[in-house]
Amino acid sequence: MSKETAVRKKKNIWHRIYSDRALYVLLLPSVIILFLFTYIPMYGVVIAFKDFSPAKGIMGSPWAGLKYFKQYFYSYQFWPTIKNTLVLSIYSIVVTFPLPILLALVCNQMRAGKFKKFFQVSTYLPHFISTVVMCGMIILFLSPSSGVIARLFGYFGAKMPNVMGQASSFPSVYVWTEVWQHLGWDSILYIAALSAIDPSLYEAATVDGASKWQKMIKIDIPLLMPTATVMFILRMGSVMSVGFEKVYLLQNNLNTATSEIISTYVYKMGLVSSQYSLSSAIGLFNNVINLVLLVAVNFISSKMSNTSLV
Amino acid sequence: MKEDIIKNKIRKSKEDKIFDFIIYSVAALLILITLYPMYFIVIASISNPTDVSSGNIIFWPKGINFRGYEQLLNYKQLWVGYKNTIIYAVLGTCMNLIVNISASYALSRKNLVGKKLITFFYLVPMFFGGGLIPTYLIIKNCNMLDTRWVMILPFSVITYYIIVGRTFFANNIPDDLWEAAQIDGCGNMTFFFKIVLPLSKAVIAVIALWSAVGHWNSYFNALIYLRSDALQPLQIVLRNILISNQTMSTMMTGTAATEARQAAELIKYGVIVVSSAPIMCMYPFVQKYFNQGVMIGAVKG
Repeated sequence: MSKETAVRKKKNIWHRIYSDRALYVLLLPSVIILFLFTYIPMYGVVIAFKDFSPAKGIMGSPWAGLKYFKQYFYSYQFWPTIKNTLVLSIYSIVVTFPLPILLALVCNQMRAGKFKKFFQVSTYLPHFISTVVMCGMIILFLSPSSGVIARLFGYFGAKMPNVMGQASSFPSVYVWTEVWQHLGWDSILYIAALSAIDPSLYEAATVDGASKWQKMIKIDIPLLMPTATVMFILRMGSVMSVGFEKVYLLQNNLNTATSEIISTYVYKMGLVSSQYSLSSAIGLFNNVINLVLLVAVNFISSKMSNTSLV
Repeated sequence: MKEDIIKNKIRKSKEDKIFDFIIYSVAALLILITLYPMYFIVIASISNPTDVSSGNIIFWPKGINFRGYEQLLNYKQLWVGYKNTIIYAVLGTCMNLIVNISASYALSRKNLVGKKLITFFYLVPMFFGGGLIPTYLIIKNCNMLDTRWVMILPFSVITYYIIVGRTFFANNIPDDLWEAAQIDGCGNMTFFFKIVLPLSKAVIAVIALWSAVGHWNSYFNALIYLRSDALQPLQIVLRNILISNQTMSTMMTGTAATEARQAAELIKYGVIVVSSAPIMCMYPFVQKYFNQGVMIGAVKG
């Protein structure tokens, strides 16, 4: 009896697949593209363990074991790249995580109307500036000889330091321009969470004589905490991955001491110096750390708040 | 007793007034900080270059002229970049829509056999990738290096778009609709094209806008995979002008060095305006779609 139902079930599955064949056709293009350009390169990662030479190809190149990992671990760039990546990333999280929440609180206190709309549109706007233009603007504005900010310093009788020319200020330039560009955009989620708060809570608080400030502290902030916790945990998962583009574009010979991060180093080793295996080894090392962090963070978040990524 | 309550009310409302004042001042300050740099770029691009570089321009343009823009008109590489970016943005957006929307619809169907496994297949690349060099080698082996294809095809599957699409379809296309259509003899394909797509304009708009902006602003893939000048998109040309200070040979001849340098600075402001204007002008009108997208994406799929 049970055998029979199992057989019928099996038949049923093939039948269902056949009757839904059109759906698989819809999936096909993306599956092929992902397989070719994402999954095959995952196999290509073996060149990190090989003495890769383009002439011999991936299969033909001799194995090198952990040679290239060791080369990276013992190189003088190992600690600086890791330290710079972590500094940029942690500095970013500390600054760019709480500010959008504050912005959302401010936005929530404004009466709906033209001013509020204008506020939202204008704070979202910089998000759409491309990284290249953003970096161009940073360089123009921070120029010690002709930049606007140098002029403003001049008004107060102060002299502006050459920010782009000193390694110590690179992290601040990176992080605070990031704030300028993405503050508004990153607050959207929190603004939405605030607008979902039950208005009867505010009404009850008003009846009890609470001021706006008290309502913000006692209602808005506690109700934002779950969203904020999830966002924070997710952010921590990417602590070892700092975007390549902006750092690479802002890099110059004077600030590499703090601006050489893992991803820019991978690019330089791989495509500039053609050290394919070394570059892949560094990339893989970074990737594995990211993966471990993400899995750990996902585990914590699912334990803590029943919210997980997958 | 009554007086007490009234007094209390007045005190509270006074407190609230101060609070409101602070909120609105902070908001106004933030607007100023956000908009001023963009405003400055615009006024600097039409001002007298000497005034700009000596810092005389703060609030209003001085010596309004359009010389910077005239010079830009003659800068061929910029317009080649513009043309290429439009090609990549249009074709790339179409490609993104075809690939991601169809996949996300199929994944949104409840009874799809193997749904878990297929979803897993799409999610893995979010967490792990082969990295720069292995991907580069594959593109090279496919003979896509330095072709237009590399900007359109290989990176068109974006898991995030698929998640957004799937969430939208799962919430907005009821199962009954498919059952009813089935009874009327409608197949999967007909249902998808004739019923699902027309009902899903909102999510199509969201993904189209995101990918158009993404293509317009993208720079990394061109940096890695394109070599020839004729194929470079706008952002690479912009980098050459803004970051690498690649001076334009046409301007250097016959002008004194300082003047040439100032003119080069002027061009930078102009180039920022010319390259960002399309997106900045479009944005306020389509803002609601972007916000909607963030909201759909935030709901766990």
